[in-house]
Amino acid sequence: MDIPEEEFLAPGHRACAGCGATIGVRLALKMLGKNTVAVSATGCLEVVTTPYPETAWKIPWIHVAFENSAAVASGVERALRSQGKDDVNVVVFAGDGGTADIGLQSLSGAMERGHNLIYICYDNEAYMNTGVQRSGATPYGASTTTSPHGKESFGEDKPKKNIPMIMAAHGVPYVATASISYPEDFMKKVKKASEIEGPAYIHLHQPCATGWGYDPSKTIELGRLAVETGSWILYEIEDGEFKVTYRPMERKPVNIYLESQKRFKHLADEEKERIQSYVDQVCAELKI
Amino acid sequence: MTSIGATVKEPGSSINNKTGSWRTFKPILDKEKCIKCENCILFCPEGCINKDYDIDYDYCKGCGICAEECPVKAIKMERE
Repeated sequence: MDIPEEEFLAPGHRACAGCGATIGVRLALKMLGKNTVAVSATGCLEVVTTPYPETAWKIPWIHVAFENSAAVASGVERALRSQGKDDVNVVVFAGDGGTADIGLQSLSGAMERGHNLIYICYDNEAYMNTGVQRSGATPYGASTTTSPHGKESFGEDKPKKNIPMIMAAHGVPYVATASISYPEDFMKKVKKASEIEGPAYIHLHQPCATGWGYDPSKTIELGRLAVETGSWILYEIEDGEFKVTYRPMERKPVNIYLESQKRFKHLADEEKERIQSYVDQVCAELKI
Repeated sequence: MTSIGATVKEPGSSINNKTGSWRTFKPILDKEKCIKCENCILFCPEGCINKDYDIDYDYCKGCGICAEECPVKAIKMERE
């Protein structure tokens, strides 16, 4: 795969060492190129890339509020189109909180109206920017500051909300899941999303050293473990056609993934088994 | 022209902020061992390793992803 050298996210941004979100944005922008307008929801990415009066973005970028990144992108897309600028990519980068919870209705509306935009959700599975509060995308069993583990609780007691499937239910032309640890797979999907006419949604899984509790050097390793254990599945849905894009040679036990993170350290065997059997069930359905 | 909110007119101006000062461990690449696989370039959160595999220590925060992902262990993390 030919990967362009040019960078559209400058260094000097304030992301934590080992940040997965900025890796995702760098890779996506390499594929989208200079002729792109980016929109961000409130979140880690917005805060770390734009400490006023500085910006890390080398392309036009706009942030309005937490809940309306998809609505803002819709407006940007229509304004560009009315000026005859049909070849400009409009891309949204929003976190899992800004996607699964706070921005869900504006995202649903944008998908329904059929704007020609790419929405990338960088999913670190909690509100990391404000200090690790649970979101709809927090997985079962994870300890966060608002789903803490202790005598009364084993952490998050609800399963991860399946946003990519909610997007697929809108009948949009392209929906995909991706991981920063599989850059070629992710970048191919971004490329495809940019070439498709109409809304495209990519759900990018992205480990967070600060929120998940692991050494920053392991960001890529953790993302890989999520996929290798079947905890995160890489697929795409193109015009309603579902396809798994990566199948692990041999699926590893979920324990390896859980035990390498502080947020799952407290789990008892019973809960770990419950997670394993859930993963087994999903993987059996998809023949992974 | 009126504007609402804040605008920043200089793209990529975050380079004014040298995040290299955050670093505790410094990645040192042995170019003899390097097989030019591009893993470190792709996975750097700062994007501060160029195509010639030079690491920009002005911005490297020392996360160690490059050393971890190097398939031939050509990058060593050394204490500053």
